[in-house]
Amino acid sequence: MFEGKYVVALGERDGVPGPVIAEVLRAAGANVIAMVTECFV
Amino acid sequence: MSANPVVKQYAYLLVHTSDFVRYGSKPIREIPKSQELGPAITAHLRNFAQVVAYPPNQVFIGNLHPEDLAAWPEPWWQHPVEQASPVGKYGEIVDQETFYGYLKAADGFDLVYLTPGFTARVRERLQGHHLSIPEDMDNLGPGVEMDKIKHAIEAEGSLPLFHQDELIGSFQRHHDEDASLSAHVLMENLMTKASGAMVVRLLLERAGMTPEQGRYLISCSEEAVGDRYNRGGGSMAKAVGDMCRMVNSTGADTKAFCAGPIYALVHGGGLVKAEVFENLVVFGGGCLAKLGMKYSGHLKHDMPILEDVLGGIAFLLTPDDGVSPVLRLDAVGLHTVGAGSSQQEILKTLAVIPLEKLGLGLTTVDKISTELHNPEVTVPQGSGNVPLNNYKLLAALAIMRGEIKREELNEFIATRGMPGFSPTQGHVPAAVPYLGHAAEAMAQGRMNTALLMAKGSLFLGRMSQLSDGMSVLLERNPARKAGS
Amino acid sequence: MDAENQSTIMRLAEEYGRENLMVFLGATDVEGVEISAETLIAGDPSFAGPLAGVQLGLQVYHILEPSLKRYIPPEVYQERLGIFEVIVDAQRIEDSLSKMRNQAA
Repeated sequence: MFEGKYVVALGERDGVPGPVIAEVLRAAGANVIAMVTECFV
Repeated sequence: MSANPVVKQYAYLLVHTSDFVRYGSKPIREIPKSQELGPAITAHLRNFAQVVAYPPNQVFIGNLHPEDLAAWPEPWWQHPVEQASPVGKYGEIVDQETFYGYLKAADGFDLVYLTPGFTARVRERLQGHHLSIPEDMDNLGPGVEMDKIKHAIEAEGSLPLFHQDELIGSFQRHHDEDASLSAHVLMENLMTKASGAMVVRLLLERAGMTPEQGRYLISCSEEAVGDRYNRGGGSMAKAVGDMCRMVNSTGADTKAFCAGPIYALVHGGGLVKAEVFENLVVFGGGCLAKLGMKYSGHLKHDMPILEDVLGGIAFLLTPDDGVSPVLRLDAVGLHTVGAGSSQQEILKTLAVIPLEKLGLGLTTVDKISTELHNPEVTVPQGSGNVPLNNYKLLAALAIMRGEIKREELNEFIATRGMPGFSPTQGHVPAAVPYLGHAAEAMAQGRMNTALLMAKGSLFLGRMSQLSDGMSVLLERNPARKAGS
Repeated sequence: MDAENQSTIMRLAEEYGRENLMVFLGATDVEGVEISAETLIAGDPSFAGPLAGVQLGLQVYHILEPSLKRYIPPEVYQERLGIFEVIVDAQRIEDSLSKMRNQAA
């Protein structure tokens, strides 16, 4: 799934935040190159 | 050590500032990119009567309760409150013309020019207004001629000021190379000061206190006052103390993004409990930057631009008086540095742990107040319903912990939660808009405990990827007899 | 999606190659997720950000999509994302994003 891919984590404050997406995907073997958390308020 | 402090009084303020929507952070960046946008925004602004009759605003000032709003027909903006009053049980809604008077009264540096004609109008508004003091009138001055105003706008980097879309003045910058003293930043700061001072004066009035009796102020507002050598240096607290003539007070600012008010209550409560100050005011003035932030969602749905008010909040903390709600400093929820960013961890630290300290759980605390952003503002933009999302997460946590069954999710949300009714003014929605409702319910013996919790988006400042948050429990004063 | 994040992702797409970049979303509002995905695939629908009129055609997923779960160690999933299983209609999000991915391909 993640082979040869570069992954961006685009999280949200009241949903899944960027660092959590990154952590979970790294545990799945993904190469996470950037993480961002959006805040709409 | 003395007993926990109490929240002796509270005050809430909304200021209708539709002509400042153009200066919100989002509109001011987008309007220059399109010829149609400015007129489209103007065409979707509300008048004062519409702002007053808007059901969430009536909840904010205490004339309606969150339970009323939960049952109110939607969309709320199409179902106004009949014969709504701008004066509420806990606060009030102020019109823009009156606010211009306080904005000029807050100005000690010739930042605001108003025409002589408009100055005369705002002087009339302030005379006899219950929040004004004689020094405000002196500060209004005679006004500035239109020629000088136009020159300032054309040649000196000043921003035009409008009332009902008509040019009535200008806002000056104070340094041509210092971004911290640009007209726009100074406008943001002075609007926070003016609205902050108004809500603090309202608080003192409600508490029956003279300004001289005040001892300390903490501002949890969202601006950054300072110059190029000390950006964000402060102190909004002292500036507001000055405008309120609280001559025996001093103060400083507490900042923690949208969790600021909870931090400020805990800091302030600690200072009162430690007997450093016999009383302390926590306040937040309004935030210009947030005006019109989600205008594009509102235009897309052809609805009014609802982010057209500044919010103000103020709380008076004192030692235990045997009556007022207690701030349980022994039940503060901390999102520690090591706590992580997942919602499970955040909510465990903010809700479960502090409640457990007092032998309570998610289903035994009477109400949980989270950030109470009005969903009618956020949903049209695709930004979701913030309070509902948080209540769902709390319910999910309660299910995972075996405190409720899966089929009890909606009942949990209805019982422990509430609809969002606060303007999306960043720090203002941080759980505390409910404090007045909770205090009233506790005084009437309808409620014993309310958890106030808020999260902050530290990562927006690019200094840490961490989230933030804090909570504190508000409890009915145990000295009150049951039902009294 | 705000302009800053749009330009960050645009830069990364240029740097790493559009076909090599995957974006994982975390917002739980379905409409919001669809707007973000559309922005990253077909361009900013509000025409306000740097991706207005730019078809990046990125592969956009949501971290809670049920068919991704098998890639994630179960204990990590449970601890970090378990709370959402109760309250988010993850299948609806997957169906919606899967449709958009298929259209883009």
